[in-house]
Amino acid sequence: MSLRIIHIARNTFREAVRDRVLYNLIAFALLLSGAAIFVGQISIDIERLVVVNLGLTAVSLFGIVIAIFIGIGLVSKEIEKRTLYTVLSRPVRRWEFIVGKFFGLAGTLVVNTFFMAIGVFGALLYVAHKFSRPDALILVALYFIVLEFLIICSLALLFSSFSSPLLSAVFAFALFVIGSFADDLRGFAALTHGITRWFATAAAYLVPNFSALNVISAVAHQQPLGWQLILHNTLYALFYTAMALSGAVLIFERRNLK
Amino acid sequence: MDRIVQDCVGTALARQRKGSMTSRQRTTVVAAVCMAVSMSACVLLLRHIDQIRPQATLEDALYINSPKMVKRASMGFDGLMACIYWTRTVQYFGHRHYDRAHTYNELAPLLEITTTLDPHLFPAYQFGASFLAPAPPNGAGEPERAIHLMEYGIEHNPDNWHLYYDLGFVYYTELKDYRNAAEVFERGSKVPDAHPFMRIMAAQMAAHAGDFATARMLWSATYETSRESNIRMNAIEHLRSIKVDEDVTHLESDVAQFREQVGRFPSSMSELVVAEHLPGIPIDPDGNPYIVTAEGRVLVQNPDNFSFLTKGVPPGYKVPMPKFHTHD
Amino acid sequence: MHNAAIEILGLEKTYMVGFWRKRPKRALQPLHLSVEEGEIFGFLGPNGAGKTTTLKMLMGLVFPTAGTARILGHDWTDPEVKAQIGFLPEQPYFYDYLTAHELLNYYGQLSGVPAKDRKRRVEEVLQRVGLTDIKGVQLRKFSKGMLQRAGIAQAILHNPKLVFFDEPMSGLDPLGRREVRDLMEQLKQEGKTVFFSTHILSDAEALCDRVAIIHKGELRGVGAVEDLTSTVQGKVEVIWQGTALPASMKSLGAECHVTGDTVRAVLPENQQDAAIDALRRESIRLIAITPLRTSLEAYFVEKLQHSQTTAGKMQ
Repeated sequence: MSLRIIHIARNTFREAVRDRVLYNLIAFALLLSGAAIFVGQISIDIERLVVVNLGLTAVSLFGIVIAIFIGIGLVSKEIEKRTLYTVLSRPVRRWEFIVGKFFGLAGTLVVNTFFMAIGVFGALLYVAHKFSRPDALILVALYFIVLEFLIICSLALLFSSFSSPLLSAVFAFALFVIGSFADDLRGFAALTHGITRWFATAAAYLVPNFSALNVISAVAHQQPLGWQLILHNTLYALFYTAMALSGAVLIFERRNLK
Repeated sequence: MDRIVQDCVGTALARQRKGSMTSRQRTTVVAAVCMAVSMSACVLLLRHIDQIRPQATLEDALYINSPKMVKRASMGFDGLMACIYWTRTVQYFGHRHYDRAHTYNELAPLLEITTTLDPHLFPAYQFGASFLAPAPPNGAGEPERAIHLMEYGIEHNPDNWHLYYDLGFVYYTELKDYRNAAEVFERGSKVPDAHPFMRIMAAQMAAHAGDFATARMLWSATYETSRESNIRMNAIEHLRSIKVDEDVTHLESDVAQFREQVGRFPSSMSELVVAEHLPGIPIDPDGNPYIVTAEGRVLVQNPDNFSFLTKGVPPGYKVPMPKFHTHD
Repeated sequence: MHNAAIEILGLEKTYMVGFWRKRPKRALQPLHLSVEEGEIFGFLGPNGAGKTTTLKMLMGLVFPTAGTARILGHDWTDPEVKAQIGFLPEQPYFYDYLTAHELLNYYGQLSGVPAKDRKRRVEEVLQRVGLTDIKGVQLRKFSKGMLQRAGIAQAILHNPKLVFFDEPMSGLDPLGRREVRDLMEQLKQEGKTVFFSTHILSDAEALCDRVAIIHKGELRGVGAVEDLTSTVQGKVEVIWQGTALPASMKSLGAECHVTGDTVRAVLPENQQDAAIDALRRESIRLIAITPLRTSLEAYFVEKLQHSQTTAGKMQ
């Protein structure tokens, strides 16, 4: 069972690579090096701040875009292209297919982030000329970004299991934006009354909480991050991903593949 | 022949039903349970996370030195961001106020960001006027920044009389700069469609700045022209305290008169009432009678019920937190 | 004693169509069918008859509205039984960024072919379907015929006991079709069961032990090819010298064609003697009399016409 999931994951990774997804790293590298050199030249005393902010924001945005654009097609493309028939005629369970696809996409993003991380640290070294202890926080920020990716991948997969690629992209992107303001949303919900409060609170809690995972400003200003936050965020991301994937499995199990 | 086939089918189906769940049914149950458990876990974890990061939405305000950067980062969605920041401002202040905070360092940045994103977000200016200028715990204690904010607002909205009102308000209430207050009210009264009392206030400022009547007018106007609950409650508290101050002032002059006539301080309020021909036992806005002490001071019965008293309190008395604000 | 490789017990499928999904559309009436182990079974019918729907239900791609099935003795929804079956869908698509070797290796992994055997089996099966010199070529560059071969390859890669082919000949040239027919015979020799659906009757006639005919979602006939065709009245072909078309021949119901200086006529089998007499009477020289084997096509057409007239009568 677990072997089949690994095989499906590896095949998904291979598909992403052959789809030339990793070429985004070139764009990223150009962007970051350009910024680092530019900022280093004009020397306005916030070089480190710019590199960390820009670098981490780029890692985050590039990854979200990749996660959405590949994720939305993971299931729907296979159904549309009918490549799924020969896969499901084998002893592959439908849920294994979903889980395998998820790990493949997540794996692609982890690898992508790894290379980007090297780029960020490289640029940082260039402008700051040395590393200092608080720079380790950048690793935490990157870890949180990877957690964000897990959530977005699972959501994209969920939408892909029942919706067309275009709608899936819209939903996933919308949830990303709303999720970035999840804190505010919960605040708003607390100000409402009656029935509205029920719906608002339910929505506010269901939306993925990207705001807690976005520590880019804090890390740029070298503010410390508690282990409690790291633990809670990790658990949250894992459970949210599990929730979205369960949803995807439930939907996919019942689908008639015409 | 058909019946035989149908019999076979029937037995086969019956056998199936008695048997164990198909793998598909098993998967459905597991997935459904997993989803329910995960959902609950997520909600619980979120509540924990909110406790760990109480200042969650304020991080931007903490780190942003230039509101213009926020504007650029909004990528054109300034209006929406302004609304979000405005809501954060109100919640920020409300929570801290409730917790009797001594500092409101983020209030000015939040208001500045809000108004940079949307210079026409008028409630923000009024909020700044009410709460940026007063000293903690009632406000941020930054009257200069309040002035700056108002003038920014006037610059972008020169035809909005209310902004002049807000600016004059700050000069009057916190800075006690009656001359500037009068001048600002005068400017504001010249704006087309200005509320008539701007002219009246300008005149009042010039002549009777320190009068209770003037203060009462100002706070009543604030109460009537704002829809934000914090501001209205604040105004009411001020009006109540003004009433007490006014009553105590009159009563103390009555006591002085009594002393002159009788040669000593009155022994009780009733004695004062009779001697000075007062209409009845004077009561404070809560309905409690004022007290006259042996040293001739007039005190309000429960000074804790009033937040902005300058008179009628025992010496060395500390002003408490306003009770009006409720936690949501 | 032959066991049933496939038992279809009342599988049926009704789709809800229309804007509000309220109108039922019956894709398949309750189907009862069984296929013996070791035989080549043809599932015949025109396009849209319900063949692909049946196959998809057996594969678990589509869920039946009612009914069950057993495959190799197991419940058809049992995932483990899929390790012993192979499936070639109609006009297959594959991951076009993979090469044939990678694709087969991936499918082998999913079917549980042990790692040490995989490489060898992949090579073997590619040889067998005639795909050579394609190392490193991505599937997106394959022709239709090559894709069909790759499809067959993935269906038999893991040495399944039962193979399902949906229109296996489509996209192949005559040589390719011959190869596939030979392959199916070989599979039968190896003791495998082959279930294939097609609308090309000549293929079925050549290969199948038994066939089932399905039309508009309904089963019209099941049985061995000879048994079915024998129910249809046979014909004979009579060839005589000259270009004369005697009236007597016409009255026997002959269809005559003149070719050069001979006439070729087709008439019902039971008129054979009468035809010979007629020719002798007219002093026409008989060249040949040949019984024509009734084709499956004739049976097919008769079955469909019959159902149409029945339907007509019912209206």
